[in-house]
Amino acid sequence: MTRTVNKKSQWTHKDLLGLEYLSKEDIELILDTADSFREILDRPIKKVPALRGKTVVNLFYEPSTRTRVSFEIAAKRLSADVINIATETSSVKKGETLNDTGKNIEALKADIIVVRHNCSGAAAMLARHVNISVVNAGDGWHEHPTQGLLDIFTLRKKTGNIKGLNVSIVGDIAHSRVARSNIWGLTKLGANVTVCAPGMLIPPGIENMGIRATEDIGEALSNADAINVLRMQFERDEKGAFPKQMEYFKKFGITDERLEKAKKDIIVMHPGPINRGIEISSKVADGANSVILEQVTNGIAVRMAVLFWLSQAKKGLSK
Amino acid sequence: MKILIKNGIVIDPANKINSAMDILIDQGKISGVEKIINIDVDTVIDAKDKIVMPGIVDMHVHLREPGREDKETIASGTKAAAKGGVTTILAMPNTLPAIDGAEMVDELKNIIGKTANVNVLIAGAITMGRLGSELCDIAALKNHGAIALTDDGSSVDDADIMLKALARAKKDKLVLICHCEDKSLSEKGVVNLGVISTRLGLRGISNESEYKRVERDIGLAEKAGASIHIAHVSCKESVEIIANAKKKGIKVTAETAPHYFSLSEEGLLDYNTNMKINPPLRSKEDVAAIKQALRQGIIDIIASDHAPHTENEKDIEFDYAEYGTIGLETELAVSVTELIHTGLLTWESLVEKMCYGPAKVLGIDKGTLGIGRDADIAIVAPEKEWEVTKECFVSRSNNSAFLGKKLKGAVEHTIYKGNIIYSMKP
Ligand SMILES: [Zn+2]
Ligand SMILES: [Zn+2]
Repeated sequence: MTRTVNKKSQWTHKDLLGLEYLSKEDIELILDTADSFREILDRPIKKVPALRGKTVVNLFYEPSTRTRVSFEIAAKRLSADVINIATETSSVKKGETLNDTGKNIEALKADIIVVRHNCSGAAAMLARHVNISVVNAGDGWHEHPTQGLLDIFTLRKKTGNIKGLNVSIVGDIAHSRVARSNIWGLTKLGANVTVCAPGMLIPPGIENMGIRATEDIGEALSNADAINVLRMQFERDEKGAFPKQMEYFKKFGITDERLEKAKKDIIVMHPGPINRGIEISSKVADGANSVILEQVTNGIAVRMAVLFWLSQAKKGLSK
Repeated sequence: MKILIKNGIVIDPANKINSAMDILIDQGKISGVEKIINIDVDTVIDAKDKIVMPGIVDMHVHLREPGREDKETIASGTKAAAKGGVTTILAMPNTLPAIDGAEMVDELKNIIGKTANVNVLIAGAITMGRLGSELCDIAALKNHGAIALTDDGSSVDDADIMLKALARAKKDKLVLICHCEDKSLSEKGVVNLGVISTRLGLRGISNESEYKRVERDIGLAEKAGASIHIAHVSCKESVEIIANAKKKGIKVTAETAPHYFSLSEEGLLDYNTNMKINPPLRSKEDVAAIKQALRQGIIDIIASDHAPHTENEKDIEFDYAEYGTIGLETELAVSVTELIHTGLLTWESLVEKMCYGPAKVLGIDKGTLGIGRDADIAIVAPEKEWEVTKECFVSRSNNSAFLGKKLKGAVEHTIYKGNIIYSMKP
């Protein structure tokens, strides 16, 4: 399906910090633009000159090969120059501050900073301190807007329309920036969102974001048109509050048996990297309902769209 | 040097005065409070339409000296106090090193004697290094001039030590002030636990981490037959516990800070680190409960918890930023805006909470305009509006949670022991 970009839509943001800060129209503008970029990816020559002469800096304070590579390919497909800076977790005690690093990158005449950071709010802070555009590539537990956009893009490609879809997000909601970005984006586009996790991984007041929360995986699956399975990061369990891995798989793992009770054409997504046998069985991950690898390809198109619109943004726009 | 304050509305609940009066100051003392005083003086202050009240007694201030003079000094902090109408300060002992022995009290007294612009009283630590394990030599702290005890910034986790501290404080007639926080519940939290921490993806601090400790400490005070003062009450459950304790006749007093009745967690939605405070800014429901507790007298005292920090410690990632807001220069204006202009409190009750009440708790002869008392006075323009900006502060730091806010009520003059130590620029 192809869409024409609504010419009336205008991108008015200096930065992409989270889907919370975007309107429905903003999100649709990026999705529509990503549609046209997605076609380019299937051509023999996968390059357009839209960002020629622009420099994109990937500033990563957390190791993440997937997201970094996706941004790098996206920038290169647009003919931008890309610089990767991978650095130790910034600390209050040692080294250059994030703001100073940002200002230096700006002084080096880069045009866009793509930042991944372990602290929630770090991208927003950086964006306040530099005049160039900032893309949040994941800040703490807060947001990962391009992941949210690519999940929504993938869903829209599969179903044609987000409005009225029942989408369940399963896993460690409390510590997930992917969950938050999906929640903001999906609800703005009119989907009905349910989150499902063991009680201690559902953060307080999450229903206030306009969604439902349940601890019952059967309930989360029963009416779902799509399910987004989050990676369980047992290594981040500080207080021993998480269920054990096997116990989690038994109660919440996405398996064939569980999918049999769901809608036949339920779409199974996962932001990756997947833990086979922990949050999802191999059979499901590689099965007919899975769109996990399509998500990876779509991620490039979505990030191209984001970089494209930010490069069009005038300086001094709001977040 | 004689000063005559003419035509002001004098608020002095200790002497049950709330009317237009003239006040005569002579040799640093109040020498007359009458309907009309006509006498030759050195200086006349026309206070028509102004509130004339005792200087504020702020019993919760972090002056940072010795050790962190980059944040604040006794000199800069007391200058900020003067601008805010504050003439007596209780300095918190979490300096570097902490005020946990006679020598440190002496050193602090020495700096105060040389550099303070207002009355600075000393609180000593409860435990050595504020580490919670070994009781300080409390008699020595007292003998060298400390009037209160607190490990503020931390709570004493060990109930046995806390009980001993309460008994010692009772014996030595020291005010015991509790920073109530169960760190095992609040660990690593940076904002109030709830909808906002969920949206922001930040670790939350529950109400429980505060009120469980309020409950424990009041219980220990009851057991020791001692009085106890609860610092910076921020949540509705703490209010309830304190109200019940008062009903039972336990000798508990309680304080809150202006940010707990004027700001809620929702102000944090843009990760403003100046609003990162401990205890955290709570829900709207808690803010309403704090206001009601002030009106009903469950919370006796308003104190600033003035907590200066440098820009390097605040303008960084939210998780890494220090906790606290400065407050000396805004506490009166915020209180007037939020409590007087909304009709929640009368001027008498506000003066009770900011001047006379804390003086009573501390056992000092301040907070009134009685004849013969020190002439510590604030003259306030109750309707004057102003905006809080970084530039307006004389504190060495400008980490105010109120930056950008418009306030109604401004200190025009501050008089300390008969000297005009601050006058607003015309
Ligand atoms: Zn405290
Ligand atoms: Zn304090």
